Amino acid sequence: MNFSPAPLHIPDGFLNLVISLVFWAATIIMVGLAVSKTNKTLGDKQIPLMGVMAAFIFAAQMLNFPVAGGTSGHFLGGALAAIVLGPWAGILVMTAVVTVQALLFQDGGLLVMGANIFNMGILTAVIGFGLYRMVAGQKRGLRLAVAGIAAWLATMAAALLTALQLWLSGTTRLEIVVPAMLGVHALIGIGEALITVAAIAFIEQTRPDLLTEEKSTSGGGRGWVVAGLVVTILAVLISPLASANPDGLERVAEDIGFLDTGQDAPFQILPDYTIPVLGETGLSTIVAGVVGALVVFGLLILVGRNLRRKSPTD
Amino acid sequence: MHAHAFDQYQAQNSRIHRLDPRVKLLIAVGYILSNALLPDGSWAAFALAWLALLVATDLSQLGLAFTLKRSVVALPFALVAVSAIFSPVGEPLAEWDLGFVTLAPTDVGVIRFFSILVRSWLSVQMAILLVATTQFPDLIHAFEHLRVPRSLTTIIAFLYRYLFVLVDEVYRMLRARDARSAGLPGQKHGGKLLWRVKVTGSMAGQLFLRSYERSERIYNAMVSRGYTGHFRTLNPHDLNRRDWQVLILALVLIAMIQVTGRL
Amino acid sequence: MPIKHDSHHEFSLPECNGDVVQIRALHFAYPDGHVALKGIDLNICDGEKVALVGPNGAGKSTLMLHLNGILDASEGEVSIGGLCMDDKNLPVIRALVGLVFQNPDDQLFSPTVFDDVAFGPLHMGLPEEEVYQRVGEALAAVQMSDFSDRLSHHLSMGQKKRIAIATVLAMQPQILILDEPSAGLDPRARRSLINLLRDLPITMLVSSHDLRMVEELFPRMVVMDEGEIVADGLTEELMLDEALLETHGLERP
Repeated sequence: MNFSPAPLHIPDGFLNLVISLVFWAATIIMVGLAVSKTNKTLGDKQIPLMGVMAAFIFAAQMLNFPVAGGTSGHFLGGALAAIVLGPWAGILVMTAVVTVQALLFQDGGLLVMGANIFNMGILTAVIGFGLYRMVAGQKRGLRLAVAGIAAWLATMAAALLTALQLWLSGTTRLEIVVPAMLGVHALIGIGEALITVAAIAFIEQTRPDLLTEEKSTSGGGRGWVVAGLVVTILAVLISPLASANPDGLERVAEDIGFLDTGQDAPFQILPDYTIPVLGETGLSTIVAGVVGALVVFGLLILVGRNLRRKSPTD
Repeated sequence: MHAHAFDQYQAQNSRIHRLDPRVKLLIAVGYILSNALLPDGSWAAFALAWLALLVATDLSQLGLAFTLKRSVVALPFALVAVSAIFSPVGEPLAEWDLGFVTLAPTDVGVIRFFSILVRSWLSVQMAILLVATTQFPDLIHAFEHLRVPRSLTTIIAFLYRYLFVLVDEVYRMLRARDARSAGLPGQKHGGKLLWRVKVTGSMAGQLFLRSYERSERIYNAMVSRGYTGHFRTLNPHDLNRRDWQVLILALVLIAMIQVTGRL
Repeated sequence: MPIKHDSHHEFSLPECNGDVVQIRALHFAYPDGHVALKGIDLNICDGEKVALVGPNGAGKSTLMLHLNGILDASEGEVSIGGLCMDDKNLPVIRALVGLVFQNPDDQLFSPTVFDDVAFGPLHMGLPEEEVYQRVGEALAAVQMSDFSDRLSHHLSMGQKKRIAIATVLAMQPQILILDEPSAGLDPRARRSLINLLRDLPITMLVSSHDLRMVEELFPRMVVMDEGEIVADGLTEELMLDEALLETHGLERP
């Protein structure tokens, strides 16, 4: 079985708690929006369609093609899903894919799943659909070219954000992870782009009714173009800064208070695992431990409130 | 080989298997959360967490080595964390001059690196234990009880159902491609890279269309049985006293691990 | 337990005490312009078991999809149990007509067997206890009682076909419509399916290329070709009409 643990599926343990939770929050907001948008705008036909499409993305990720040197190109599918199904449906489909990969195959962790969904499902949808939406209704050649570029950029942006998350978690050094991730994904992204273009071309040839202009615009308004462009430009600006001049990015992060270089692990909830008021005493670390445990409790109870005894399902 | 061979559920009738899926999901997430909260280098706490995992694995009757064997999936990712060894903070342990750059592993960096590995290794094993002892449809039921939106859980249920069907289809397509990928001695075979990509892309497109048309047939099958846009299922899970006991016990254990990690 | 049956019955059509299916001058064209049905007239009596045969593309599946309103007639009328096909009657008609699709992987869309068999009764709005009871009865009727908790993708083809029938039986329909039930089955699974269909006491319309099964199970046979009914009568008699069979791409068993 060829479930390559693609370097974008972060396992648990590699992101710290704050980064994990921040991206869970962002993901929950976006997925919540996607749920309400798709409920409103899409017909009852869409649920089985999105479900089977999620299975399609999953299965298509197993299609690989030999590239030079024993490596093979793989397919992520986020951009394709967003282009073909519309951005909100694309986000839901990719959310389902990433969830099942994590749960069924441990390809990606649970606590970091928010980040994984964000990188592979939401970011790719924004860039993939946003850029493609820009040229909706234009000539076929242009549309295909833009779809390819969007797929490549989406892959690169996902890789960049993954690298940044790892760095902000104190898991890795910026000057190493950014060039490494971007280097690998520059190649992977080409495969992604080519498959995306070939798949869209094939669909246009055989079932043009599925990709009409009206369809590709109904799922998302002009706002997606703006979002797509902004995110793309951001990614393009950060990449060289991060790879050629990592100190620059560290400085920026430090200046805006993201990163405290004095700490080996930025963003620990309890700095140095002591409570500042109590000083460096044994009591202090125990209190810190209790607080840590309480955080876990609190989160679990928050979730547990939704535990229902046999809730009637509609 | 049939695609469903990679369904990781292991049928047993152990105490762990019989737990309510919600409880198992919450404990697994709590455990992973707890690992993330533990400070670097709290080896005693990591050991305690591992012990807890071993006890759970033992109770599940899967054999102690079960999760261990499957935990290698996360290993390749460890490469990413290697650079943490050369943390700028802490005492340098050595200095390696590679000509163009000087690398200095530090004590803080080494501890950090191994802490990341241990956290990830323990968490992956917990996730493996979760899916090995819980039928996937029950996990979906747990999501529903935990208020994950209906449309998302339904998509996940469809994904799970059709993933196996479509993966089998991919196998058949790949086999058909390979069966015709002949080569003659002395001839360069395999075609140009671009052509190979195009073939793969067409396969993706083909798969997409087949999936799309399948979803239309599924929709018909749903409509003919009364579907009107609201997906209904029965979700017959009840939390009993034992489920609550286990949940509370696990939370206490996690608290103990947290406190140990900070002594 | 397979039950022994004589392979040939003395066929005669039962006296008709009420048409359960009435189709008048039904025309249908797909949105792409392809005309699939050109004036179908068909009546089916309560309790009758009717086979629908004909080459691929004859319009058999299209006709079946009209019987519970998945496709809307371009022209003509379909009525089920005296109810004409309109938006008001549609939910009732869908409860009356059980449609089993050809590919059980399309029909069984839930992760578990239980969820799938319960789908119809739940969407009919039945109370929970009755849903459980109906699922149990339907699975018993297809002799798959032990399979309630199984995952659909772990089943064999023959098992899937049986469960697919159960998903519809759980709705307690008055008419069972099956598209190619014996396709893709090995001889043993086919045999047990034939026995199952024989023993189900319910009106049936079954499309099939399996003329051996048709001969064995269905007293009445309707032959379709190119969107029209070209013959309708006693299976026994039509099977002897070699010219008819040959013209429409059929082969006498």
